[in-house]
Amino acid sequence: MYSPQIILEAALNGLMTGAVYALIALGLTLIYGVLHIINFAHGALLTCAMFAVWVAWAWLGLDPYLVIVPLVPLMFVLGYGLQRFVIGPASHGDDGNILLVTLGLSIVLENVLLAVFQSDTRTLDTDYSFQVVALGPLLLSYPRVIGLGVAVVVTGLLWLVLNRTDTGKAIRAVAKEKLGANLVGIDVPHVYAITFGLGCACLAVAAGLLMPTFYVNPRIGSAFVLVAFTVVVLGGMGSLPGALLGGLFIGVVESLCGLFLGDSLGQIGIFLIFIAVLLVRPTGLFGAKA
Amino acid sequence: MTARDLIPIVVLAALAALLPLVVTSSPVMNFLVFTLIVALGAQGWNILGGFGGQFSFGHAAFFGTGAYVTAILQLRFGVNAWAGLLLAMAAGAAVAWTIGFLSFRSGLRGSYFALVTLAFAEVFRILANATAFTGGAAGLLIKLDVHPANLQFADRAVFYWLVLAFVTGVLLLTRWIQRSRFGAQLVAVRENEDAAKALGVDSLKVKLRAIALSGAVTALSGCLYAQYFLYIDAHIAYGSWISVELLLAPIIGGVGTVFGPVVGALTLHGLGELAKQFAGRIPGIDLIVFGGVLVLAVAFARGGILGLLERLRDRGRGMMTRGAKEVSHAGR
Repeated sequence: MYSPQIILEAALNGLMTGAVYALIALGLTLIYGVLHIINFAHGALLTCAMFAVWVAWAWLGLDPYLVIVPLVPLMFVLGYGLQRFVIGPASHGDDGNILLVTLGLSIVLENVLLAVFQSDTRTLDTDYSFQVVALGPLLLSYPRVIGLGVAVVVTGLLWLVLNRTDTGKAIRAVAKEKLGANLVGIDVPHVYAITFGLGCACLAVAAGLLMPTFYVNPRIGSAFVLVAFTVVVLGGMGSLPGALLGGLFIGVVESLCGLFLGDSLGQIGIFLIFIAVLLVRPTGLFGAKA
Repeated sequence: MTARDLIPIVVLAALAALLPLVVTSSPVMNFLVFTLIVALGAQGWNILGGFGGQFSFGHAAFFGTGAYVTAILQLRFGVNAWAGLLLAMAAGAAVAWTIGFLSFRSGLRGSYFALVTLAFAEVFRILANATAFTGGAAGLLIKLDVHPANLQFADRAVFYWLVLAFVTGVLLLTRWIQRSRFGAQLVAVRENEDAAKALGVDSLKVKLRAIALSGAVTALSGCLYAQYFLYIDAHIAYGSWISVELLLAPIIGGVGTVFGPVVGALTLHGLGELAKQFAGRIPGIDLIVFGGVLVLAVAFARGGILGLLERLRDRGRGMMTRGAKEVSHAGR
C-alpha cells in the first residue's frame, strides 16, 4: 500500500503536469471553438516550439523561460500564416479536408524536424530543473509550480482577450455565426487566422514551460496531442475553463495511473476516459449540449 | 456485375502477375510486396471511409489485430498459418464491429469518429506493448520455417502472387459492393444519413456491415505483413504510421473508387522511393513527400489521382465534341 503522502505528492505533481496539458489544450480548444476544426498539426507545432526553445538554449545560451517572450509572437505569426495561406485555401472550407490538410502538415513538420535534428532525444538543463519547493511535508518540483502558475495566468489573459477586446468580440462573433459576422463587416479569414495564431502562441508558452523538465525529439508532439484531444473533449470542445480544468484533471489521472499501474500502462487511463467521454457525452463535461 | 465491370480488374491483375517474370531484383520485389500489403489494407479502409464516408484515423487497430492474431495463434497455440489467416480476418471483423457498434450507436461521426478510432488504436498499442502474452515491447518473432503450409515461401515472387491474388479478390469485392444494393445504401448514408434513414435505410446496420468488412480486409493485410516480415511489435502493428498509410493511399488515389487505394499506394510509395534515391540518407524524406502530396491532393485534386484523370478525360471529350461541332458547322 502507498502512504497517503506519496499519493498526495503524485496527485499534486500530476496537477502541475496537467497545467501544461491545459495550455496545449487551450490552443486546441480555441481553434476548435472558432474554426470548428480539429487541428491535427497541433502536436507537430508544439514540437517546433520545443525545438525552438532548445535551439535558443543550446546555441544562444538563453533561459527557456526567457525564450517564451520572443517565441510567443513568432508562433503567432507562424500560426497566422499557416491558416491564412495553407490550411484555409487548401481545404475549401470543408471539415473533412481541414482534418486531412492539418494531418498532412503535421507529417511534413514532424519529418522536416527529423531530417534537421535526427531522431535523437535532447534535453536542456538549468540551475532550477531539479529544485524543489517545500510545502509543509510535501516536496514540489519548482519548474512545475511555475508551470501551474503560468497556465492559470495565460488562461486568464486569453479569457480577457476574448471578452474584453474588439478582436475578442470579433472572434466570438465568428465562432457563433460566421455568416452574420461576415455581413456586419468582420473579415472572417483574418479572424480565423488570428485564432489559429493565438492557439499556436499558447504552444510557445507550453514549450517554454516544458523544456526545463522534459525532453524533445521530432516525434514528441504526437504523445501530447492525444492527451490534448482528451482534455479538449473532456472539457467540452471550445470551452476555455473546460480546457483548464480538464487538463488539470487528466494530469492527476495520468500521474495516479502511472503510480498504480506502472509507467507503461499509465497512459491507458487517459485513453479510456477519452473513449468513455466520447461515447457517453461527446459534448464534454463543460460543453453546451449540442 | 457485368463483364465490363470485371474485365479491367482481371486484365490488370494478369499483367501485374507477369511482373516477377521480368523483374528479378529482390529490393524491387520487396518494394512491390510491401506496397501491395499497404494497398490491401487501404482497400479495407476505403470500404468504410470511401464508400461509407466514415473517416477512420485508427485502422491500425484492425491491421495490428490481424498481425497479432496470426502470430500468437502460431506461436502460442501451434495453429496452422492458413487457419490463422482466416481467424485473423474473423478477429479483425469482430474488433471492427465492436468499435463500430460502440461509436455508431453513440452517433459519433466526422471528426469525433476519427478521434475515437485513433484512441482505440492507441489503447491496443499500449496494451500490446505492456502485456507479456503479446511479447511486450520485445515483440513477436514468427519462427522461420519455409513451407507453403506455413504461409512462408522461399521465393519472393510466390508471396507477391499471393498478395496480388488477395488484392484482386478485394478489387472484385469492392466492385461488387459498388454495384450492389448494400453499396448503394452505404453511399446514401455517406451523402446524407438523415435522408437515407427517411428512405428506410437501416443506417446503423449498413455502417456496421461496412466496418466489419473493412476490419476483415485490413486484418488480412496485417496478417500478410506478419507472415512476410516474420516480426511484429506494438509500434509496427498498432502504430499510428499504419493508420496514416491506410488513409493516405485511398485519398491520394481516389476515395470511394475501386482502384483508388491501389493507385494511391503505388504512387505514394513510388514517390517515396524516388525521394529517397534523390535525397540520399535524409531520414523521413519519404514521409515529407507523403505529407506534401496529401496537402496538394486535398488542395488541387479532390477525388485523388483517379478523379483528376477523369476530369482530364472529360475535358478531352469536351474538346472533341466541340471539335466535331466545328467540323459539322464547316461542312454546312
